[in-house]
Amino acid sequence: MLSETHFLLDSNIVASRLHMNPKPSCRARWAAPLVMAVFFGHPSARAGEGPFFITYTHQMEEPGNLELTTKNVIGKPEGGNRFIGSALEFEYGVKGWWTTELYLDGQVTGGDSTLFTGYRWENRFRALLREHWINPVLYVEFENINGADKSLLEVVNNDAASDWVAPNSDARLEKKRELEAKLILGSYVKGWTIAENFIAEKNVKHAPFEFGYAVGVSRPLALAARPERCVLCPENFQVGAEMYGGLGTHDAFGLRDTSHYVAPTMSWTLADGPAFKVSPSFGITSASAGFLLRFAVSYEISQFGRAGERLLRGARGGK
Amino acid sequence: MIAIRRLIPSVLGVVLLFAFSPATRARIGSLVLQAPPKTATMKNPMAGQERARHAGAKLFSRECAACHGDHRQGGVTKAPPLNQPEVYDAAPGALFWVLRNGALQLGMPSFAHLPEAQRWQIVTYLQDPAAGSPLERPRAPHGAASATSR
Repeated sequence: MLSETHFLLDSNIVASRLHMNPKPSCRARWAAPLVMAVFFGHPSARAGEGPFFITYTHQMEEPGNLELTTKNVIGKPEGGNRFIGSALEFEYGVKGWWTTELYLDGQVTGGDSTLFTGYRWENRFRALLREHWINPVLYVEFENINGADKSLLEVVNNDAASDWVAPNSDARLEKKRELEAKLILGSYVKGWTIAENFIAEKNVKHAPFEFGYAVGVSRPLALAARPERCVLCPENFQVGAEMYGGLGTHDAFGLRDTSHYVAPTMSWTLADGPAFKVSPSFGITSASAGFLLRFAVSYEISQFGRAGERLLRGARGGK
Repeated sequence: MIAIRRLIPSVLGVVLLFAFSPATRARIGSLVLQAPPKTATMKNPMAGQERARHAGAKLFSRECAACHGDHRQGGVTKAPPLNQPEVYDAAPGALFWVLRNGALQLGMPSFAHLPEAQRWQIVTYLQDPAAGSPLERPRAPHGAASATSR
């Protein structure tokens, strides 16, 4: 039902459309300051996992930390309208070897509409507990999105720019309930981060297995940190490049009619604060979009789990 | 659909096997003692360098203080204090190894994503008993740009 609901900027309209009670309940009265305190009254950590948008490295979220990220992509398919696809990401470190993430996807298409397109829940498990020259991570995701989703968090099978031309009213009718698995391989070599992802995706109802890949390499501008606190220190910047694309299905595996992109990437992490990422992506096959611009902002809250626990205990104890 | 149904138990099996494996549940005493013997011979290329210590303090406040405390005193989480003789006297290579590998089963993350130079800067800071809190920031040398973010 939620996936059918258009995003509306006016919260009163949202409340009336969703038949919400405008009068806050007793629980809501203390919940709002509680959430605000957890978010803003607790030290932030250094956000960001390098400059990649599509490629995962083997870096896991620190246990207890919550990272909030908004990942956006702007594109204009041939014969279609310009769009902004957006994914709001909540990444939480459950254990040192287990990270879980929830994505809420939405999009805005010029001359068309704005809508919520679904959610994804992913889990990453680090297979080896110590650091090796190559480090495997197992990724499992369930996604419940519709055909209008344009967050473009991966490319598989014969995903093409022409898929984004259909009007939202038609595209949203297509339901995609899919399981996705990735094998993530990552290495750190003399300051360089190298990562390779192999993707297999399967619609839970029908359709064959679909495959894709993503590879990336990045490096900070400086390997040693400067002693002074600074916003523009070179070690706060990472530059790199990633390449990703589809590999067909298990019936028709290969590069035929698939999309592939090459994307230089850059991230800038403020000390104890947010991280910003930007990446222009260039399509290199006829099925790809010519150009996509990706950008993201992240903010990490240190020990979110413990802070929430303490505040809840305090709230209960105070009653 | 049938293929997916077959796949789900396998995926769950792998996850559960991993989650409850002996390696995951293992408890270790001092992480420094877990370091391989060859790390004892590794030299800190930045040992004794004032700039490295200040940079290490800055990195500590970003990466470590949330768990180990602003003054390395521990107790913020289950993370142990680091203002201890065991840390000051440890082989630098052993501390470097701990930073690289972490102890994922105990909740300490790996800091392998930091370049080697930055990990040595943290080791330099950790092994200085006289080093104060990383919050007592050094002034930017020679008028270099500096900004506080807290």
